Amino acid sequence: MKNLNGYYGQWGGAFIPEVLHETFRQLKDFYSAARGDPAFWQEYADLMATYSCRPTPLTAADNLSRHFGGARIFIKREDLNHTGAHKANNVMGQGLLVKRMGKGRVIAETGAGQHGVATATMAAKFGFKCTIYMGEEDVMRQRPNVFWMEKLGAEVVPVTTGSKTLKDAINAAFRDWVTNMDNTHYCLGTACGPHPFPEMVAWFQSIIGLEAREQIERQFGKPPARVYACVGGGSNAMGVFQGFLDLPGVELVGVEAGGEGLETGRHAARLASRDGSPGVAQGYKTMFLQDDDGQMRTTHSVAAGLDYVGVSPILTDLWEQGRVRFASATDSEVMAALELTMTREGIIPALESSHAFVQAFKEAGDMSPDEAVIINMSGRGDKDIFTIANAFKDPSWQQFIIDKGKEYEAER
Amino acid sequence: MKLSAEIAQVSARKDILLMTHIVLGYPSFETNREVIAQMVANGVDLIEMQIPFSEPMADGPVIIKANQDSLLAGTRLNDCLNFAREMTGTHDIPFLFMTYYNILFKYGIEAFCRRAVEVGVQGFIVPDLPPEEGADYLKYTRQYGLAPIQIFAPTSTPERMSFLSEAGGGFIYCVARRGVTGTQTTFDEEFNNYIAQCRASTDMPLAVGFGISHRDDVQALIGRADIAVIGSETIRLVDRQGAAAVGPFIAGLR
Repeated sequence: MKNLNGYYGQWGGAFIPEVLHETFRQLKDFYSAARGDPAFWQEYADLMATYSCRPTPLTAADNLSRHFGGARIFIKREDLNHTGAHKANNVMGQGLLVKRMGKGRVIAETGAGQHGVATATMAAKFGFKCTIYMGEEDVMRQRPNVFWMEKLGAEVVPVTTGSKTLKDAINAAFRDWVTNMDNTHYCLGTACGPHPFPEMVAWFQSIIGLEAREQIERQFGKPPARVYACVGGGSNAMGVFQGFLDLPGVELVGVEAGGEGLETGRHAARLASRDGSPGVAQGYKTMFLQDDDGQMRTTHSVAAGLDYVGVSPILTDLWEQGRVRFASATDSEVMAALELTMTREGIIPALESSHAFVQAFKEAGDMSPDEAVIINMSGRGDKDIFTIANAFKDPSWQQFIIDKGKEYEAER
Repeated sequence: MKLSAEIAQVSARKDILLMTHIVLGYPSFETNREVIAQMVANGVDLIEMQIPFSEPMADGPVIIKANQDSLLAGTRLNDCLNFAREMTGTHDIPFLFMTYYNILFKYGIEAFCRRAVEVGVQGFIVPDLPPEEGADYLKYTRQYGLAPIQIFAPTSTPERMSFLSEAGGGFIYCVARRGVTGTQTTFDEEFNNYIAQCRASTDMPLAVGFGISHRDDVQALIGRADIAVIGSETIRLVDRQGAAAVGPFIAGLR
């Protein structure tokens, strides 16, 4: 990754209000010092090995491989990370940085709630105060995650402005930060936002790719032909891709939310569709889903974690260079891939991660058995039981919720 | 006349200038028209017209809501430009555009500057564009004779203020305190030190905004600042009492 003042090609930068200039200067200094200090990465790796579940396994999905009759399919199991997703990698790394900076409070945005839960967990462990901003729509969609954040000791603030989703939660977190920057760190959850966030988050997530590279060479004897990852903001994709960027023979595939289909306009595919265009918002320059005036559009995906208007500037650069290929998966393709993975492998990917499975499944059958593919399973799906049960329209689950509701009603 | 010269001319006659703020298309262009007429009739010296943006990251609740409602009502950039032309043709005070960088970027920076000159606007306030990211913006605003107004914050170091002043034009917008628009500011010792630092770092006039909403606030700024900026308060006033309440409010500030 070439990085000149936070630029990757023409993408990235730091479009921040003046009041945050000093805060970013300090953050860049602490981040550079940490990055240059091997002891910091060692402390991080030790923490992730003892508090979380790193290295996460690389699972050979032999039943799926047989089913498609082509490439050997391997799954990188970020679902087995503590709190159930890759989000913990970034959060624990930033937590160590907050300790170095001597701040006592962290704030974060969250969409699906995974990053919020991970941040609340980190704050509990390190003894920080914690406030999570979450769009009101998402608060309603992801009640179980709100429950856990509050139980972990965080304050969850529903954001009622804009589209009441992830981008609005990011705006709200920035507004908190411009008021409380002296004692507060904004723990941004993905490889987006102003410099140094894209680079810093990608660095913490690179632990996924480092492990996967070593694991595939040990288990398969050579690098994979292709690596698949879903792309919301892009942090899990950047994480796994970094293990293979130096190998031109490894094709890297990012899968965006196709929603109800690219032709319907109800999707969140910034790079895989023709609907994205260059813009500057939320502190950085990338391809955004926006109208001709530069107003951000509403996006759609069955997966709340992919439902975002922008995308990591690092990925936009890799896309422009032709190093990362982009595809999209529709909501209904995602449900089919999820069902197949559950019944064939006994593994439950998150709705977000299932997007990567869709594209791998479309391509694996045309590949040869002496080729391998890695699917980055960014998180586990069982935590999303309400969303997944709803997407499957499962009648017995619906009845259970109705009965439970009546039970609570009677107790009142 | 250049904005800085115009400000100097008015400053010679008044203790302090008043700059007010409106969000274009909120609650409607019709109301904007009436509010601006009231402002000008009651002695407002400059007006910043905010072009609404879907992601107003530096604004507080009152202005966020105004941005959002304006866009929901269908406000387009072209409506804002046409309205600006009408206002600059009607009222003989300087008008500025305040907006976020994406509006300029998407339109094309040079094209936007050309258009702003055509509609008679004299400068821009773009809170999410530091000079480091604004090479083209600074080049074209200068080329077209527009003021690229820079912002000082209480967190800005003296070196930073000098750098910003170097890049800026028209006047300096001093953010009175941390946080976003629309909540009260206190004028204490710390504030005095900050303003003294601002003054020492630039030759340009100082405008002070964020949380200025009463006669007392404006009085407190006399002798310290050159321009008092009234932002969210007039929006609140129009929401509660309608456009007609703006005139008496402005008249009572000085």
